[in-house]
Amino acid sequence: MTLALAVDIGLALLVLAVAGWTIAVRDTFAAVIGFVAYGLLLALVWVRLAAPDVALTEAAVGSGLTGLLLLSASARLRHAKTSAAPPGPVLQWAAGALCILIAAGLAALVLLLPDPAPTLAPAAVAHLPATGLGNPVTGVLMVYRAIDTFLESVVLLPALLGVWSLASEGDWGGAPILRHPRPDGALTLMAQVLPPLGIIVGVYLCWNSADHPGGAFQGGAVLAAMWVLALLAGLVDAPPIRQRGLRVLLVAGAAVLLAVGLAGIGLAGAFLAYPEHYSKPLILAIEMALVLSIAVALALLVAGPPVRTPS
Amino acid sequence: MMQDPSNLLVLALILPVAGLLLTLVMGGRYAGRITLLLAPVGLAVAAALVVSVIHTDDALIYYLGGWIPPLGVALRADGLSAIFILTTAVVIGATGIFARAEFCVPPGQPESRISLTFWALLLTLWGALNLVFLSNDLFSLFVALELLTFSAIPLVCLNGSAGMLAAGLRYLLFALLGSVLYLLGAVLLYGAYGTLDIGLLAERVRPEPVAWAAAALMTVGLMAKTALFPLHFWLPPAHAGAPAAASAVLSALVIKASLFLIVRLWFDVMPALMNPTAAQILATLGAAAILFGSVLALRQARLKLLIAYSTVAQIGYLFLIFPLITRPESVSFAAADLSTELVAAVVSTSAWSGGVLQAVSHAFAKAAMFMAAGLIAQSLGHDRIADLSSIGRALPITVLAFALAGMSLMGLPPSGGFAAKWLLLTATIETGQWWWALVILGGGLLTGSYLFRVLAPALFGARESVALRVPVARYREVVVLALALCSVLLGFVRLGAFDLVQIGRLAKAGMGLP
Amino acid sequence: MISTTTLFGLSSAVLIGLGLFGMIVDPQPLRKILAFNLLGGGVFLLFGVIARRGAGAGLGGDPVPQALVITGLVVAFAATALAVALLLRLFQATGQTALDEAPPPAPSVDP
Repeated sequence: MTLALAVDIGLALLVLAVAGWTIAVRDTFAAVIGFVAYGLLLALVWVRLAAPDVALTEAAVGSGLTGLLLLSASARLRHAKTSAAPPGPVLQWAAGALCILIAAGLAALVLLLPDPAPTLAPAAVAHLPATGLGNPVTGVLMVYRAIDTFLESVVLLPALLGVWSLASEGDWGGAPILRHPRPDGALTLMAQVLPPLGIIVGVYLCWNSADHPGGAFQGGAVLAAMWVLALLAGLVDAPPIRQRGLRVLLVAGAAVLLAVGLAGIGLAGAFLAYPEHYSKPLILAIEMALVLSIAVALALLVAGPPVRTPS
Repeated sequence: MMQDPSNLLVLALILPVAGLLLTLVMGGRYAGRITLLLAPVGLAVAAALVVSVIHTDDALIYYLGGWIPPLGVALRADGLSAIFILTTAVVIGATGIFARAEFCVPPGQPESRISLTFWALLLTLWGALNLVFLSNDLFSLFVALELLTFSAIPLVCLNGSAGMLAAGLRYLLFALLGSVLYLLGAVLLYGAYGTLDIGLLAERVRPEPVAWAAAALMTVGLMAKTALFPLHFWLPPAHAGAPAAASAVLSALVIKASLFLIVRLWFDVMPALMNPTAAQILATLGAAAILFGSVLALRQARLKLLIAYSTVAQIGYLFLIFPLITRPESVSFAAADLSTELVAAVVSTSAWSGGVLQAVSHAFAKAAMFMAAGLIAQSLGHDRIADLSSIGRALPITVLAFALAGMSLMGLPPSGGFAAKWLLLTATIETGQWWWALVILGGGLLTGSYLFRVLAPALFGARESVALRVPVARYREVVVLALALCSVLLGFVRLGAFDLVQIGRLAKAGMGLP
Repeated sequence: MISTTTLFGLSSAVLIGLGLFGMIVDPQPLRKILAFNLLGGGVFLLFGVIARRGAGAGLGGDPVPQALVITGLVVAFAATALAVALLLRLFQATGQTALDEAPPPAPSVDP
């Protein structure tokens, strides 16, 4: 057994143990901590699977922002009555058997996956020079399947509107409040030290994604996390949701992508096609707009519905 | 831009999305106006799409960014997509006019919570539906399903009451589980066949364990979103408690989207897998839904809950098409050799047309019924069925619309529902599966019974006069009547619809890329 | 000898089973939301294994599934945020978080 494989086996066992603990542990707060660890371990797995772009996203979104969201929720639900009883033992056993069956079936299918595996890697690489990009993942997200990125930037909007729609009628137009009830020194210090670094990292991730791991989603997630941190520590206030500027920021990414896509019909023969030789600057422009929109949307999703009456 | 009819596919997709972006920037005060301006444009695009598909006599295909699958993503409109896009445009437009009174901001007032969210989510819903009907890529379809979920659930909870929050959360958890199962199936298909494109998968999928597992996972996931028995528990409280305009769209369109994908999955993505056992299982669940939903509808005390349970039942009819399209004896050779003639022979055109007609006429009828119930509840202050006596005297147009829509639901001639059920009955006889005919007829009787409970006292009640707490605007009643008439008049245009349904059927046309 | 992809592929199967179990069995909505994320992580991991198996043309993995996972992670986050917001609002309105009992009858008048 090679050393690398031994490390992988250890990592896999650790992921499974943490996941099992997250499901089994009684205390919800502990379960959320377990989930954050699970996300960070998965990010390591992604590195081992040669997917640094995904590892960054998993750490920033899957573990970081989701973790923040669940942590603050579990803190607020600490005193909720757990009136709901778990299902009876028969149902539990039946569900357990079903899930074991599904897991076993999937495991068998994993072993049966075709060899050599079908792959689009050669096709993605072959067309990459035409796009002016060096990172094939960015190529897929911004060129070959730009529609997914467009839809992605749109999908955050109804989710955010859904969160906002839970405000009370009188608070509409006001600002969400995320401030920690008792921000301690450590939180404040973190919120003062980390954001400058985080902003540099976030912008770098986006700016360099043409040729290196990173992109609008990863950069946006890092920026969002920094903003959330500052909100939690009470260093800044969230803007009122009725603000026109905020709304423009939210839709900027999708709007720029839509505009470039439409221009592509006339200039490059198809919706979401880039004119030859201009693809790289256009992609950079789109990513810059996207990173802002995504950062704002993700942070506001964590911040929740407006609770402050507009002044 | 209009020389190439395939540009219509892009237009149908981006029009509502552009409306959403504009709405967010302009704010809730303009939200209703933006939607009402876009609705006729969208309707024109949908109509043009139908004409183009008929004119071309084949599916329209658009390669986004010019990238051809498997690397790129294609949009594809066949007859089935065109019909659903047109239905969606009509229902969304009608909903927009109906909702104006409740959700538009009066001049001079600032943006309110519901004025922004209702219209923005309605536009999102519209875009997501069009994407479901057009996308030819399993992952884009996943995003479309999520887009649909994220816009449907806030609409359910719009009134903010505790009961609706619980109903919305339950709906969300069901929908999310459904999406994950769907995605897992798509992942397995990519792992086995290296593509997510529906046309390419149709060529590559073979009857083997991985394909079976993917089909099962995706079907169960989509069933949860369609609220097919026994995964229907979330639907009645969610659909009954939402504002009437939202219920109309949810019941008429949103659950049809996941159903549409189940049909795509079995007939377009993996026709090689369609076999009698799977078809019989789906139809058995459908039959159970018809009986169970109808019986529960009979027992409801509130009008909107009755209509919601009726949706659970009517969805069941759509699952009867699976064994009727796949005739048991034909399958063995269809699986062995997928040549054009053989598949065409297997496909029962009456079952196809009947299924599509059922989906479309139910969409119009159910939208009309929910809106009618909304008007009744608003004007009386309640929707208790026991206290609806003689409401026909006070709201004649609304009750007439409800009755016409009910006629289509029951399957009385000459309505669209009658034509649909007649075609399905024909298909049961053509394929020698008389037991499904019993289910269709029994379901019709039950539908008649629960609607009779509402209509008999409403029309022939003994009360002399009914005092309305709030007057009902005439134009809103007219919208409801128009939708109900659409559902009835479908019974007359069915002959023309035969061909359109079949245009661009994947298995028949043998589509796919070299 | 087991390969890295097989190892993580099998792990993903177990994670999916665990997540499903949590989503079905745990009565608390927050734990269901957590289990949904765990389940999603398993599905994405399986996609990542499939990507890794498709390494070629000088790449460590097939970039298409990798890009799709990035999209999927963001969608899952949006779903989680919406679910958590609903749950917190429900708790604020009722003081509890249970979904089991029949909901109170919805108001008959539209807002």
